[in-house]
Amino acid sequence: MIQRAHVLVCMGAGCVSAGSELVKKRLEEKIKEKELDVEVRIIGTGCMGPCERGPIVLVYPEGAFYQKVGLSDVDLIVEEHLLKGRVVKELLAKDEAAVRVSKEEIPFFAKQEKIVLANCGVIDPENIEEYIAANGYEALARVLERMTPDEVISMMEKSNLRGRGGAGFPTGLKWRFVRSAKGEPKYVVCNGDEGDPGAFMDRAILEGDPHAVLEGMLIAAYAVGSKQGYIYVRAEYPLAIKRLQIAMEQARKYGFLGKNILDTGFSFDVELRIGAGAFVCGEETALLASIEGRRGMPRSKPPFPATHGLWGKPTLINNVETYANVRHIILNGPEWFRSFGTDSSSGTKVFALSGKVKNTGLIEVPMGITLREVVFDIGGGIINDGKFKAAQIGGPSGGCLTERHLDLPLTYESVKEAGAIVGSGGLIILDENTCMVELARYFLEFCQLESCGKCIPCRVGTKRMLEILERITQGAGKMEDINELERLGNWVQQASLCGLGQTAPNPVLSTVRYFREEYEAHVIQKKCPAKVCVSLIKYLILVEKCIGCGRCAKVCPVKAISGAIRKPHFINSEICVKCGECKKVCPVNAVIID
Amino acid sequence: MKIEELRKLREKVQEELKLRESIEPKVKIIVSMGTSGIAAGAREVLKAFLDEISKRGLKDVIVLQTGEKGLASAEPLVEVITPEASITYGRVTPEVARRIVVEHVINGRIVSEYVV
Repeated sequence: MIQRAHVLVCMGAGCVSAGSELVKKRLEEKIKEKELDVEVRIIGTGCMGPCERGPIVLVYPEGAFYQKVGLSDVDLIVEEHLLKGRVVKELLAKDEAAVRVSKEEIPFFAKQEKIVLANCGVIDPENIEEYIAANGYEALARVLERMTPDEVISMMEKSNLRGRGGAGFPTGLKWRFVRSAKGEPKYVVCNGDEGDPGAFMDRAILEGDPHAVLEGMLIAAYAVGSKQGYIYVRAEYPLAIKRLQIAMEQARKYGFLGKNILDTGFSFDVELRIGAGAFVCGEETALLASIEGRRGMPRSKPPFPATHGLWGKPTLINNVETYANVRHIILNGPEWFRSFGTDSSSGTKVFALSGKVKNTGLIEVPMGITLREVVFDIGGGIINDGKFKAAQIGGPSGGCLTERHLDLPLTYESVKEAGAIVGSGGLIILDENTCMVELARYFLEFCQLESCGKCIPCRVGTKRMLEILERITQGAGKMEDINELERLGNWVQQASLCGLGQTAPNPVLSTVRYFREEYEAHVIQKKCPAKVCVSLIKYLILVEKCIGCGRCAKVCPVKAISGAIRKPHFINSEICVKCGECKKVCPVNAVIID
Repeated sequence: MKIEELRKLREKVQEELKLRESIEPKVKIIVSMGTSGIAAGAREVLKAFLDEISKRGLKDVIVLQTGEKGLASAEPLVEVITPEASITYGRVTPEVARRIVVEHVINGRIVSEYVV
């Protein structure tokens, strides 16, 4: 029987943690109970994007976009919408202008350009037939049917696709290197070791459209002449691993992986390798070492993996998002692909938008879009109508962009010129309540902990830098510390063996560059302007505001607050541990941070 | 699987995914599902529509629901929107629903005795 309604439940990581699995289960029960199960289909999909609105339920054909759906809301949706055909207005997205029924009307989606994520949140990632319905494996069929490997590579070169893992190396050129490299067998590897704090682009693609990655690898394998591939995913992504395994199994069953694919004589198979969660294994040579079963540590390049990769053989290694772009280029042509983005940076980029914006989540935008559009149009502006301070782009390897970069087009070149990198796509928006020194310290601490220790500049250099930053945030910094940070940072950048060390100082260097006065305030005045660094702040009660209700004294865990009832209270800063509980309970906002 | 088989399979499964695109279908069948509609048997009518459409393998037809139309005495009410016209039927039974699919949707002849 045909179905008259499709109910899509987002099964992206964000929605799952908000309870979408329970929502889906309840939907299934409720639909059975109302005897709607033959005419209504329920589908679990990959990430739809606006993660903070989860769990999300999307009902077609109306395209009604329900957000923050709880279990009792499910009953309402089934009884009102699915049974009686009345859209449940109170669960739809609302903003100042109107109630938005369909997804397309919501501003968060309007400025996006979904190519890589087109299937994500639309199809069931655990059902290969839905992927096939969405033109899946057609690109592979066309390649095998009527293109030579050289034609495939030329097409990739013409498309101007660049590596989405961070470095932006031209993908077609990389494929050509591997094709022309001497040595057999050749390997095709997918880098799914996404490790930046706050980044979940690759995760969303693997969870939401795993076949797109497999198809990209298959086409690459045909182009470079490989029969064996490996997908390296970190163990922290159990759902991505599960969906990949299902996808690989189904692809084998349908004959897209294995011997004599689509009856063309072409053979290729993929193995999954699960990383133990070391940040450095995102670096390609460390990743290859890890696949071989050795300790995940980088080696010096050249020779590059294109000639000396897995077990010393020519190896193509691309990132998840890069592979996911491939089929679209084959199907629509390189000119079409170049019509998105700018001359030097073609296509789209997926970003994980997080931080102090109203709409956080997964977005895909044409390259060259301005930061302003991302923050204010898609992101909906700063929460609590605060002021935009900076955007940390590229995670711990990246740098910050400030207010004066708001109209900068986001391309590989322009972002690099501003002292940051596009990176793999982490984008954290910061407001006035973020301390840039503390932010730099946080990211450096991450890289320092993740340093594999093989080369001295990274192992020792980041440690010394971290010590200086800790000193500054604790109010023990000296003026020469700031210059020393820059000097050390430059050395670590230049002398480190791999990308981890070469980029670890970026957050520090770029915050010193754009927010030097904030560093100086920490050092000279011993003040943290954003009132974040615990050692540099003091809690005070404003005598003229305090009504003497005594609530602060009651919640204080260390009994630092004293005062008679109906008389102004005082905080003894010798005892105060700066937990902030008093500020939270004060009914008249008399507690301030100095 | 051969390449032709892949393409055949795609054609077969593609139809189902069309529901998730915001393209206007050629024919819309809208069943009134207000309280009086349901009481008069609109659920059975809706099921008959779905069954007949899938049996005949019709493409580009979607079945929608709507609330109370106001004309309770003529429930179950069904509106059929084609590129040519929008016709409202009343007192539709599952049998009439099947007739509407065959005569109106497929052959373009309005089932006049049930038009409101």
